[in-house]
Amino acid sequence: MTLAVIAASIAVFSWKFLGYLVPERYVANPRFKQLADAITVGLLSALVGIQGFTSDSQFTIDSRLPALILAAVLLYFRMPFIVVIAGAAAFSAAIRMFI
Amino acid sequence: MNRIPVVAVSVGMATGIYAVSFGALGVTAGLSILETMLLSLLMFSGASQFAFVGVVATGGMAAIPTAIASAWLLGVRNGFYALRMAPVLGMPGIAKVLSAQLTIDESTAVATAQSSPSGERRGFWWTGISVFVFWNLMTLAGAVLGDQIGDPANYGLDSAAAAAFLGLVWPRLNSNLYRLIGVSALVLAVSTSAFVPAGVPVLLGAAVAAVIQYWGKR
Repeated sequence: MTLAVIAASIAVFSWKFLGYLVPERYVANPRFKQLADAITVGLLSALVGIQGFTSDSQFTIDSRLPALILAAVLLYFRMPFIVVIAGAAAFSAAIRMFI
Repeated sequence: MNRIPVVAVSVGMATGIYAVSFGALGVTAGLSILETMLLSLLMFSGASQFAFVGVVATGGMAAIPTAIASAWLLGVRNGFYALRMAPVLGMPGIAKVLSAQLTIDESTAVATAQSSPSGERRGFWWTGISVFVFWNLMTLAGAVLGDQIGDPANYGLDSAAAAAFLGLVWPRLNSNLYRLIGVSALVLAVSTSAFVPAGVPVLLGAAVAAVIQYWGKR
């Protein structure tokens, strides 16, 4: 697992380093940027789904759903990131405690 | 002129609180405290780190290839930040490693909000170093704490991770195309999770995003 952690870290670092090596004109292609943006949206949305609505790879609805709804409301009102995270965690923990 | 350090430290503290939940989730996903710390020190990119431990938490050792792939794909935006910052920072030779490691959402955001090249440099270094210090200290705190507290779900930490991903994707959902991509990727990932190996649903989300982007732009 330690090796996997190091390998993944090198993989992530490769993007950061590459950006400093490559002259911008070679990668300024807007289609590449658009594709990378779209893939980022796809990955993060899929992670919301997996982290929010599955347990042990099974579709699950529990206190994470109301917590995510609260997070969405807080994001809509442009609350700071940390308020969103803390709010969702506290709401979820409170629901589990009282229900 | 003194606003940059203030902004940098407050951004660092905010991400630090978020790092506590990363540290706790890391150890409860089955990583050791050392491995969790290595992710914050070496990978140092929030979304990639959460993705890595998220996939490992559901799939264990068997999911390592997809965990690496997910983290790698999520790191691509740092490459664009690096392209943006490279001419401003003008780092010589091997010193590029330093600036590269600190090239993340926060340092680039604070840097690009400044109005002069010297302001951009100060914004980048102040914020990058501040976030790096707070991020790692608080990851350690979270990892040590996570070893003690038992089930992280009792503290809503599973919800915190889901909300973190939502918070990261939210500002990007600024067009109908991206909203369609987001909903499709989420539904596809959740609906396939019972049938494919752990981690693969997240990669399917990336694939459907590429397909929709391709058709949407024709």
